[in-house]
Amino acid sequence: MGEARDGVKVKRVVFVTVGTTCFDALVKVADSQEVKDELYRRGYTDLLIQMGRGSYLPIKSTGDDGSLAVDYFTFSSSIADYLRSASLVISHAGSGSIFETLQLGKPLIVVVNEDLMDNHQSELAEELAERKHLYCARPLTLHQTIAGMDLNSLVPYSPGDATPVAKLINRFLGFPEES
Amino acid sequence: MEKNTSCFFSNSSPNLVITCFVAFITIILVRFLYVIYRTGKPLNKRTPQQTLSTLIVLGSGGHTAEMINLLLVLQKDRFTPRFYIAAATDNMSLQKARVFENSLVDSGAKGISAEFMQIYRSREVGQSYVTSVWTTLVATAHALWLMIKIRPQVILCNGPGTCIPLCVIAFIFKVVGIRWSSIFYVESIARVKRLSLSGLLLYKLQIADQFFVQWPQLQRKYPRARYVGCLM
Repeated sequence: MGEARDGVKVKRVVFVTVGTTCFDALVKVADSQEVKDELYRRGYTDLLIQMGRGSYLPIKSTGDDGSLAVDYFTFSSSIADYLRSASLVISHAGSGSIFETLQLGKPLIVVVNEDLMDNHQSELAEELAERKHLYCARPLTLHQTIAGMDLNSLVPYSPGDATPVAKLINRFLGFPEES
Repeated sequence: MEKNTSCFFSNSSPNLVITCFVAFITIILVRFLYVIYRTGKPLNKRTPQQTLSTLIVLGSGGHTAEMINLLLVLQKDRFTPRFYIAAATDNMSLQKARVFENSLVDSGAKGISAEFMQIYRSREVGQSYVTSVWTTLVATAHALWLMIKIRPQVILCNGPGTCIPLCVIAFIFKVVGIRWSSIFYVESIARVKRLSLSGLLLYKLQIADQFFVQWPQLQRKYPRARYVGCLM
């Protein structure tokens, strides 16, 4: 993919992930001409889609014709490497995907799955978007979010800390305050 | 003679049975009230070297990742032996737990003091609530079997429905005097404004000894919860 251009053009990969879920709406819209054109306009070169349990298959493309190179796969035991080599991550609203991406300091657009019943996932995405750690979108508004995003305005997420809970648990169980 | 003894028994044995029954109910009631009173109260002081057998309930999605995040900062030589339970249909969680335990051995721990078990699920995501009644009963029976084997002193859970039968049985064990388990519940980081069903049940029934939430909105809504900030 793009070997001839390697020496000339820097690869900027957009990584789309749906985790272990089925989220055809996101895969479809990520593979849509609208979104691909918008991503190409914003300077991205490759689109890699992790499609999970979905049934919609994206159309692979080498991108030699001056468009986005597109590739996809279903699952991986760990997406950490894909996240690390991405310039932009578009993810479903699962907390695992969200925090794994934020902890790597990657720009993130979270797309909420509107087909899920009792959608509690949107609470987390909206809260983090309010705190400007990521952008939040719906499948139908993804291309607008991409067009209007200013990644420099995103606030880096400082990792959380489990030690307060651990301290409280230890104290409750009667262990002495420790060194 | 026989007629007399049978008359004697037939007169007093109903009374005896009733007395035993009432005494039994009273004892259970007193124990029940004692457990309600004692739940949430910190335990007596102990030495730092003491160990506590720990049951860790894992769940699909982000639950296991969040739990491992917590286990990273808990003293491994204190919370041991560790028993990991995940739902039978959850393929990844026990594997993640095994990787975590192996990494402890690699970094110098003496040996793996952990066991990994699967439990029948009370309810699959999206399953109708009607059929869930039966599956919950099956899951509860299985949970009872596992809890009798493990009898943990500490239970850590963070949201999956699998924890409900286990925590209810732990509560019953407290009442009956089989084992006093301190139950710690950390609501998932994904719950910002509303509690999960598991969280709601454990909060309302006051079964958890300590109930932690990661967002201030939840602490305002559920005052008995303790806000501990984001763990991830």
